[in-house]
Amino acid sequence: MSTTAIDQAHGHGADGHGHDDHGHPHGYRRWLFATNHKDIGTLYLWFSLLMLMSGGVLALLIRAELFQPGLQLFKPEFFNQLTTMHGLIMVFGAIMPAFVGFANWMIPLQIGAADMAFARMNNFSFWLLPPAAILLMSSFLVPGGAPAGGWTMYAPLSTQMGIGMDMAIFAMHIMGASSIMGSINIVTTILNMRAPGMTLMKMPMFCWTWLITAYLLIAVMPVLAGAITMTLTDRHFGTSFFNAAGGGDPVMYQHIFWFFGHPEVYIMILPAFGIVSHIIPAFARKTLFGYASMVYATSSIAILSFIVWAHHMFTTGMPVTGQLFFMYATMLIAVPTGVKVFNWIATMWRGSMTFETPMLFAIGFIFVFTMGGFTGLILAVTPIDIELQDTYYVVAHFHYVLVAGSLFAMFAGFYYWGPKWTGYMYKESRGKFHFWASLITFNITFFPMHFLGLAGMPRRYADYPAQFTDFNMIASIGALGFGLSQVYFLFAVIIPSIRGGEKALAKPWEGAEGLEWTIPSPAPFHTFETPPMVK
Amino acid sequence: MKFAQRIQYLMLGASLLAATLPAAAVTDSVGGPGVRQLNFQTPVTPIASQIYSLHTLMLAICLVIFFAVFGVMFYSILKHRKSVGHKSATFHESTTVEIAWTIIPFLIVIGMALPATKTVVAMKDTSNADLTIKATGMQWKWGYDYLKGEGEGISFLSNLSTPREQISDSTKTKGDNYLIEVDNEVYVPVNKKIRIVTTANDVIHAFAVPAFGVKQDAIPGFVRDTWFKAEKIGVYRGQCSELCGKEHAFMPIVVNVVSAEDYTKWVDGKKKAMAALADDPSKVWTVDELKQRGEKVYAANCVACHQASGKGVPGAFPALDGDLVVNGPHAAQINILLNGKNAMPAWKAVLSDTDIAAVITYTRNSWSNKAAENLVQPAEILAARK
Repeated sequence: MSTTAIDQAHGHGADGHGHDDHGHPHGYRRWLFATNHKDIGTLYLWFSLLMLMSGGVLALLIRAELFQPGLQLFKPEFFNQLTTMHGLIMVFGAIMPAFVGFANWMIPLQIGAADMAFARMNNFSFWLLPPAAILLMSSFLVPGGAPAGGWTMYAPLSTQMGIGMDMAIFAMHIMGASSIMGSINIVTTILNMRAPGMTLMKMPMFCWTWLITAYLLIAVMPVLAGAITMTLTDRHFGTSFFNAAGGGDPVMYQHIFWFFGHPEVYIMILPAFGIVSHIIPAFARKTLFGYASMVYATSSIAILSFIVWAHHMFTTGMPVTGQLFFMYATMLIAVPTGVKVFNWIATMWRGSMTFETPMLFAIGFIFVFTMGGFTGLILAVTPIDIELQDTYYVVAHFHYVLVAGSLFAMFAGFYYWGPKWTGYMYKESRGKFHFWASLITFNITFFPMHFLGLAGMPRRYADYPAQFTDFNMIASIGALGFGLSQVYFLFAVIIPSIRGGEKALAKPWEGAEGLEWTIPSPAPFHTFETPPMVK
Repeated sequence: MKFAQRIQYLMLGASLLAATLPAAAVTDSVGGPGVRQLNFQTPVTPIASQIYSLHTLMLAICLVIFFAVFGVMFYSILKHRKSVGHKSATFHESTTVEIAWTIIPFLIVIGMALPATKTVVAMKDTSNADLTIKATGMQWKWGYDYLKGEGEGISFLSNLSTPREQISDSTKTKGDNYLIEVDNEVYVPVNKKIRIVTTANDVIHAFAVPAFGVKQDAIPGFVRDTWFKAEKIGVYRGQCSELCGKEHAFMPIVVNVVSAEDYTKWVDGKKKAMAALADDPSKVWTVDELKQRGEKVYAANCVACHQASGKGVPGAFPALDGDLVVNGPHAAQINILLNGKNAMPAWKAVLSDTDIAAVITYTRNSWSNKAAENLVQPAEILAARK
């Protein structure tokens, strides 16, 4: 142990097969008892990929039913189960765990820490997820089927469901506990385990965005737990939190849910901002523009996210002052979000850009996410929102920010950091094909939904007036293409790049910066046992 | 590129499949959506017109910003690339620029919100209405009660009138108003301020008519209100806009805006029809009379869950065929119908005594049910209500 951490790391990488003096476990014990942040990160990423594919299959079933007007494939009650489960699986099973996976892999590497602060809690927070997912998915098999009240589980519709709703509620509780533990771990790691010399304002943007996200998670996951626990007691123990006949208020559920739900939206996008803030400078070969203002913008978004929740509820009929307050507060969020977009473009400005797949996905992210931002701004205007509430315009809006936003940023992150994880470069031509196929089919799927929403097609409809047929057909064809693009990603990009290929350099990207590139690729099992110095 | 090829074949297959489908013969719905309509439905109220122009304004501003910002980005992508030999600059902050692009967007959003404020205030002003109608959302139909103004006292249920076989049989041609037509339309006079009070019997629904710029959740146990003043005679169509269970897509709203004279005529006709429908409370019915009437009540209110076969949906909605309550003493079944149980709504405020008696008698004499007590008279329901 006389050498520096970095030299030692090179020593491990040289024999290529993760053999080392500490004797890390093999076989199932390596994964079941995993305490290594890289292994846990890998588990998170595989789990979320599996959930992404499951949620995607549900989405394609939805689009298959909506290909033509009339009920061809499913009964409407099963259709409602599909939309509900698609939402729950994608939000709680795919997007959130995937970002935790990125955090597990990259935060210790970026701040020069040996591992996460609480290694066993890290293991626990991952291994809570598979039982929760099994509980959630198996609700399809019980009498009455899966929950069918929408992913928002509005009362009192949620009190009408069968046992599937209880299974979903317990699954949410478990996933919430997992998220809270993951967040505590991330906050502690970032605040206490940074390499000497790395002040908060020198910290990589991805760590900053995750630090803020983790605080949001700790603040709002208990709120969700409260809302669904009240639903549970209303269902079984005779309480009347949301039952007007017993003195409760159904709208109170919505207030509590969206007090969680709106910060949740930023939980799903802030880490994406962090990933993109690394990739744009790396491929523009130029330092990130306005680092400090990025940090302040992220914090402002997080704070504002707590005071805008009722813009999801304009049609519930709140007082005029309430509507005005939530409209103005919501529109304010456009300011820090705009600052971030301007900063990214200023980073690209007069750079020396190349367009490998990570950069393509990052630029695609900015372009398409901003379109979702604009529709968000339009929806923030209360009278327009009332006209568009619960129509396909809203569906288009949040898929533009969640799929083209969060998911594209994660694809960008995979192509950018993947060589560090696997030790092999992906095939550039395949990455590019994946990008263009995803971008084009994404827009074929979701762009026509703007028109459907403006014309008045309500969402969560198993069947629709025949005038909406053509755009629904286009959307369904696009969805099939988007789904196939992700199958291509799994079989033609991810799996081959794990099996082999061109060996990745320690720093495969000319303009990349950060401690993660000072260790060899693939990252050895143990890194930064002696913290590096940051000047 | 084995996978790429497979995807290409699949895409080709999908588009061929789409091309061979029968061309949709549907035309624009009058007062509903148009075929391939790109924008809002034509507004017919002052509020809807304001919403329309607000949206146009917002869209224009957003497009200008969009082209400005992405013009810069794509210029940079074209010119500042390594392949054309561009060397990267070293600047990475500028306080002036950063303050400017914080302040300017701030002013722009204020500029966007100000004109909207006027509309928000106008939308909430439900005072001085000429006519007040209560719209009650129920799983899965709307009930309307004319509370105040001309036509006070009129009350009816409004069900989807699209034939079931158009929905489930894809070979049947779908009409122009497929899923946006009802048996009883709401009539309102033109150029009068109509206040809609919404509430619900079971779960949250939403009363929405796009051409009026109206959407208001109907919340069980609470009343909310909204208003519109239609300036053009015609039929306008909307749909329930808050997920309310399995038949959510099948409870449309149709409002018929007519001239003042036609409205008066409709009110007279409706009142006469209601008086003719009212039942003599002391009449003693025979099993066959009640069964006949109960079949209609069942088809309009019960069939969605309990099914025409009486078998229900296993796990979700119980079967009535062979059910112990249906074949047992009256009191238990009357109680469930009046007061509801779990997903079963309470019908006491929706159906008349005769209707409830009729539908109970119907279930007791249908399918394989041969209840010993097979006849329930309206008087029993009246007694149970007390």
